Amino acid sequence: MRRAVVTGTATVAGIVLLLSLKPHDGPGNSTVAKVISSGTSPSAAASAPSSPSTATGSGSSPAAAPSPSASAASRVVTGNAIDTRYGPVQVRVTLDSGKITKVDVLQYPAESHRDREINTYALPELNQEALAAQNARIDAVSGATYTSDGYTRSLQSALDQAGLT
Amino acid sequence: MTEPPVFRHAEPVMGTVFSFAIRRPGDTPGLGDVLRAVLARLHRIDEVFSTYRPDSQISRLERAELTLAQCDPEVAEVLARCREVAAETDGWFTDRPAGRLDPSGWVKGWAVEEASRALAAAGWTDHSVTGGGDVQTSGGPWRIGIAHPLRPGTLLTVLTGHDFAVATSGTAERGPHILDPHTGRPATGLASLTLTGRRLSRTDAWATAAFAMGPSRALAWAATRPGTEALAVLPDGTTRHTPGLSAYLAPGQH
Repeated sequence: MRRAVVTGTATVAGIVLLLSLKPHDGPGNSTVAKVISSGTSPSAAASAPSSPSTATGSGSSPAAAPSPSASAASRVVTGNAIDTRYGPVQVRVTLDSGKITKVDVLQYPAESHRDREINTYALPELNQEALAAQNARIDAVSGATYTSDGYTRSLQSALDQAGLT
Repeated sequence: MTEPPVFRHAEPVMGTVFSFAIRRPGDTPGLGDVLRAVLARLHRIDEVFSTYRPDSQISRLERAELTLAQCDPEVAEVLARCREVAAETDGWFTDRPAGRLDPSGWVKGWAVEEASRALAAAGWTDHSVTGGGDVQTSGGPWRIGIAHPLRPGTLLTVLTGHDFAVATSGTAERGPHILDPHTGRPATGLASLTLTGRRLSRTDAWATAAFAMGPSRALAWAATRPGTEALAVLPDGTTRHTPGLSAYLAPGQH
């Protein structure tokens, strides 16, 4: 009955970029922390984090979301702050002609040592992956929970607001 | 050929976030009303089944403040489905994972599937619905990234298909939290286990059970279930999958 087959690690996709950024160099003592940027458009979003935008938060109806507008030139869209087990996670994306050019992390949990370990590792890679995923055209992610899922969800909420396809 | 635009919505419910991606052909009206009804249903399911709400019917049933007959008829149905899954998995699934009534192992995937079914019934047949990392698609093709259990935030691979469900159980971010029903101790033989199938309710519950089985038994068990494929990541990062999973892997990935 054991027809399960082992095919090793060769199935791993080559889509994952591993650029190592270190988000926790400074003493992050609160959950509303610094802006971590990556991308090709350094001019936008260099300012301090804006207060969390909850424009399309849980209270709003789905129909209230902005309608898709593929032709917009450069836009900055802030995702919902998503509560995770470790604290709120929130991102902001910059779009140029409908393509993601930049992802900023506005909030991430930074309170315990464990949070630090997780986030120094997770968020920069997610940041890169968000850019890669745009090219890979991922529709959804299976298996992510809590912190990185919160990040993914906040990114997704920004995409929701941008009406991206 | 231009692809139709995708409407997206994210809804916090059931202690997680449900995400919708719906392809709309042209300017078909009425999606707002349909989605509102779907969301109301999800919140209702949460009210009835949440183990975190002391006033939910599940909580009151456990405290014997309600009888099963006094509960919403869906409670009895869900508990029956849990018994089926327990039988199908040789007892590797239970609706009392920590000694208390908790059918969450079935309810979340079922809720996602219900949302998908309602969208399709209203004519929105090309969509993907995700609840806390478990995915039901309708139509397609849909591209579902699988989170890497040992490298938080990166993808292990991407599965592509039509009308399929994807559920992943893992320890990476929550630590060992799935109990082996036979020993009552956390299952630690896998970093993550992903199952694909047609319908998420069963696929999700089976993924929980198969995770508890450990890698060898889980792969062997999944290989005997028609329409179900498995992808396992071991604690050392080694991956193993059932042969049929290859159908979901895009050309050039393997």
